[in-house]
Amino acid sequence: MPHDHLSPSGHPYRKDNDHPLTYWQTMEIAVRELLIEKGVLTPAEVTAQIEAMDARSPANGAAVVARAWVDPDFKARLLEDASAASREMGFDIGPLHLIAVENTKEIHNLIVCTLCSCYPRNLLGLPPDWYKTRAYRSRAVREPRKILEEFGVTLSDKTKIRVHDSTADMRYIVLPARPEGTDNMDEAELAALVTRDSMIGTGLPKQP
Amino acid sequence: MSERVRVKAMMPPGHVRTPAYLRGKEGVIERALGHFRNPEQLAYGLPAEEKPLYRVRFTMAEVWGEQAECPTDTLDAEIYAHWLERL
Amino acid sequence: MTEETGKRWHDMGGTPAGPICQDDHDFALWEKRVDALMVLCGGKGLFTVDGLRRALEDMGEEAFESMSYYERWIAAINQNLLESGTYTIEELGARMDEITRRGPTYGEAQDV
Repeated sequence: MPHDHLSPSGHPYRKDNDHPLTYWQTMEIAVRELLIEKGVLTPAEVTAQIEAMDARSPANGAAVVARAWVDPDFKARLLEDASAASREMGFDIGPLHLIAVENTKEIHNLIVCTLCSCYPRNLLGLPPDWYKTRAYRSRAVREPRKILEEFGVTLSDKTKIRVHDSTADMRYIVLPARPEGTDNMDEAELAALVTRDSMIGTGLPKQP
Repeated sequence: MSERVRVKAMMPPGHVRTPAYLRGKEGVIERALGHFRNPEQLAYGLPAEEKPLYRVRFTMAEVWGEQAECPTDTLDAEIYAHWLERL
Repeated sequence: MTEETGKRWHDMGGTPAGPICQDDHDFALWEKRVDALMVLCGGKGLFTVDGLRRALEDMGEEAFESMSYYERWIAAINQNLLESGTYTIEELGARMDEITRRGPTYGEAQDV
């Protein structure tokens, strides 16, 4: 893939304005126009919603994780009610019911949705493509250790894995363990170590 | 405290949020999550009752038997009360 | 779609499957608009996420394999909006027909 077909984030763009109109794109335009004409939506609401979703990213979750690493009281509140703790940090997560699950030396948590692709999108933004694949959805509940190996995560033999299947109304975020050797780092430096995958459980935080 | 439950093994058609791989399996209630509108009614645009929702923890040994990748690993899933039988 | 056991195609947990492709992509504008329509119409009570999931499940496995994520989502949104009476099939058909005559690309087909 030539580099001029990659976005600033390094991912390929999807076909859009310059490609032949598809049936489903036609349906999107039609549905949107009909909703606007009938007074259900305004164009400004659609734009604002897209901007709100674009503003959400794994950096939001990373900020929550870093706060929990430096502030034990906040961590306790996060584990008690992750929705309230996220809102306390100023993140507009809408009606999201969020549960934080903590990685320790003994437990490694992994998040999946086998029935569809539930994800804490109102905090972390939209899920990565692989999270929505048949392969991940099928295998995460049956062979999480093989999956972690494929993602390059090596755990101690003593670590137990706890898989969370988001089957209903809750969404999950992993609170990764704080890496060693980070005692002198401040909250912003710590947040930069927290990757998206470390909050899904398919990764670990970066080492300092 | 840790209450044992079994997921009902029934296989009705339609939109349900209880995965097939957990039907008939036994676990313990990890926590109660409160009441949520029943997705089996919401999915069809029907007025929906609020149903209690629980997080249930299963061992991989229970879910996958001898095929388990690591029998002592565990799995949590949210299951509505009407899909659970107390043991 | 439904196996003899009653297990449905979307209920994938534990089914044997191959390696996970970790390639990712950025979303196109039309995909972001589908996402926005889903959130906004849901927020206004025109459908529930369960209604969308039901429509996605009922599309069947072939749709999952042959349509992209947001293609399936706009189909599910439309299905639910038709069911809620927000607009009629006739209105939708006429509008889609008009849109295809505006121009050959997504950009040109916008009514600006």
